[in-house]
Amino acid sequence: MSKPVVSLSGVTKSFEAAGVTALQSIDLDVGPGEFVSLIGPSGCGKSTLLRVVGDLVEPTSGTVVVNGKSARQARRDGDYGIVFQDAVLYDWRTVSKNIGLPLELLGWDKTRRAERVEELLRLVELQGFGGHHPWQLSGGMQQRVAIARALSFSPALLLMDEPFGALDEMTRERLNGELLRIWEASGSTVLFVTHSIAEAVFLSTRVVVMSRRPGRIAAIVDVDLPQPRTADTREEPRFFELVTEVRDRLREGGLDEDSTAPGEGELLVGEETA
Amino acid sequence: MSRAQRYAYRWLPALVVFVASIAFWELLVRLFDVQDFLLPAPSDILATLRDDWSELWSAAFFTFREAVAGYVIGCAAGFLAAAAIARYRLLRAAVMPYAIAAGAIPIIAFAPITNNWFGVTGMSSKIAIAAILCFFPMLVNTMKGLTSVPASSLELMRSYAASDLTVFRRVRLPTSLPYVFSGLKVATVLAMIGAIVGDYFGGAPGALGVEIRRWVGIFAFDQAWAGIVLASVLGILFYGTVALVERFALSWHPSVRGAGAE
Amino acid sequence: MAHAASAAPAQPPLLDPKRVRSAAVSVCLFLAVLAVLWALWEGFKAFGEAIDLRLGRFEPNDRTMPHLHEIVGTLFEPSRRNGPLLIDILWDAALFTAKEAAVGFALGAVVGFALGAALAHSGLLQRGFLPYIIASQTIPILAVAPMVVVWVNPRLPPSLKDWGAVAVIAAYLTFFPVTINTMRGLTSVDPRALELMRSYAATNWKVLWKLRVPTALPYIFAALKIAAPASVVGAIIGELPASIQNGLGGAILNFNQYYVTAPERLWATNLIAALLGITFFLLVLVAERLVVRRAPEHVG
Repeated sequence: MSKPVVSLSGVTKSFEAAGVTALQSIDLDVGPGEFVSLIGPSGCGKSTLLRVVGDLVEPTSGTVVVNGKSARQARRDGDYGIVFQDAVLYDWRTVSKNIGLPLELLGWDKTRRAERVEELLRLVELQGFGGHHPWQLSGGMQQRVAIARALSFSPALLLMDEPFGALDEMTRERLNGELLRIWEASGSTVLFVTHSIAEAVFLSTRVVVMSRRPGRIAAIVDVDLPQPRTADTREEPRFFELVTEVRDRLREGGLDEDSTAPGEGELLVGEETA
Repeated sequence: MSRAQRYAYRWLPALVVFVASIAFWELLVRLFDVQDFLLPAPSDILATLRDDWSELWSAAFFTFREAVAGYVIGCAAGFLAAAAIARYRLLRAAVMPYAIAAGAIPIIAFAPITNNWFGVTGMSSKIAIAAILCFFPMLVNTMKGLTSVPASSLELMRSYAASDLTVFRRVRLPTSLPYVFSGLKVATVLAMIGAIVGDYFGGAPGALGVEIRRWVGIFAFDQAWAGIVLASVLGILFYGTVALVERFALSWHPSVRGAGAE
Repeated sequence: MAHAASAAPAQPPLLDPKRVRSAAVSVCLFLAVLAVLWALWEGFKAFGEAIDLRLGRFEPNDRTMPHLHEIVGTLFEPSRRNGPLLIDILWDAALFTAKEAAVGFALGAVVGFALGAALAHSGLLQRGFLPYIIASQTIPILAVAPMVVVWVNPRLPPSLKDWGAVAVIAAYLTFFPVTINTMRGLTSVDPRALELMRSYAATNWKVLWKLRVPTALPYIFAALKIAAPASVVGAIIGELPASIQNGLGGAILNFNQYYVTAPERLWATNLIAALLGITFFLLVLVAERLVVRRAPEHVG
């Protein structure tokens, strides 16, 4: 791998007050242009891991290198954009102003901002909606605005925390396709957290499977499906094979399909069904 | 954090501010020889409270009774009116703007009129003012509370074929309690203000507002300030009592449970 | 891969029949309630007079309950022989009081906002001072008013000398709701939005003005809607101990003296005072509509 965009070494995160270890000795490298998904059972720390990369949470130990710098410096330099499950758009700003918010904070002048916002509206196929307000858009459209905003300053890295989790299946699949298109067009590296195995396989170049709490990397699955991927890709035999493989790795890592409360961290062998 | 530590964390700053303010006040008055009229020293006020306690207390208590009577009448009326009106959408829509507009009227300007109705020296006119002052905030708050039930909750009740009365008792009422208590707390302050300010337009000789006016008139500023302090303390106790009741009644509510105390 | 843009509703035209109908219904309801209130007044009066009703010392008659049309009528008569019409007098008085109230409102709002912002940023300040801020509203301001007047007036420039102290009293009644609601609004920000700001490495100052304040605006306006009429109340009662003749407070005291001979005049004065309070409230309401452009369900 050429110089990785994200490099994690021995990253551990415990929350003292709650007596919980969310992440245990995570080692992971993400290369430029990759699309890496993080998948795992509830409470396995995947969102925490994303936030560690974004310097929104400090690791208890271990090193985080983003774009060749410390995570803190990378955040200060605007090296990544983040998208949450909730679009977090500001009601009191129009779509254009929402997309332009990071640029305002970076001190871009009005004309430059307006040009960039137009570009981005075209990228996410929302031309003409710049003057609308967030509440006038559907959930899927709002997420597209959030993605446009995250990409506004062309960051090297895009962090996404279950961005399509609140949407219905069909919108989700359509946005998956859109996201791939945007990814190719922008050339960013993407670190993507999800609950959906099918989504992870469809989108990624690699799928990182995490174990139950304390979260460790249980397995990494290379997704060798050809690009560009389309709706038809979901019907290919290789797709189903990969989905099965990921599911198996999840079970090994302790995904009990009916569990909602995260266990104390022991891998439970003998749980897989035939 | 131990319980003691938690109490200290919560109350120590306020205590420090209190002690520091009183000390600062005393110092300020003594050092700059502030006129008796403007601001007597805390020690002087305490002395007056001790010396003239019975006179001060009877005046304060008289006014306090007016306030509480008005409070009870006004809040009860406001609550019942809201309960009756909230049921009918059309009535609600018709009444709401008037209730809100009525809250914008300086009710206190009607004190001379209630004096003319019920007699200047009786308690009734001040009670009436206090009651009217409490009525509208209670009406508006209760209506907001009763209509703030989420639609899904009502649908659930419909699926149980629950009667309107049951829905009211078991769902609307508990849901509206936070709003109702918010109104009750606001009303305590309004009732006290109504009673005292009402006195200003004329009141019984023993009433606090009248007495304070009289004391100011004869330059008995120590008594006037002592009376003011006493009125404040009663107001705070009144508010505090309602707040305490709220704590017990709403022990389940997130704002009381202490989630997100920032 | 273009797909039909979904769910962006076009704004309905202004003269859309549905909108016109709902506006007409609101107006009708408003007038209907007005008519009902008028009927209740006159009805109660007629009924009470007919059966000699007595509630304690109260009995309905022309003195305690003047006819509503006479109350309105007296506005258009002079209050003194050969003097100006009552409505002219009251109009001037209302403007005078409005001036005091407006200045007090502005002062109280600014102080309230600053205080609320300070408390929102420091838990220590909150725990230390909030109980006293709440307690401040239990001090009977009317009783303290003469002292305020004596202290403030000498320190004012001559143009403000008449009414400056009254504005201070009005501000006293205004700042409290603004403080409380500013505090609540500034701290009710979505934690995700804060994380987003962090990811942009935004400074605290930027976060305050680009995120917290806009989030707080609905709360602040809710407080301003309470504070505006409160400033009118403060102005009216502040005029009393300051012995100010030119405002509505003075007019109320004045016409109170003549209540027995001409009760309609006091009622008319109260009517004007009520309209002043409502006007202040409506002004804030309009300002809110203009400033706070939000999802309709998020406002108020």
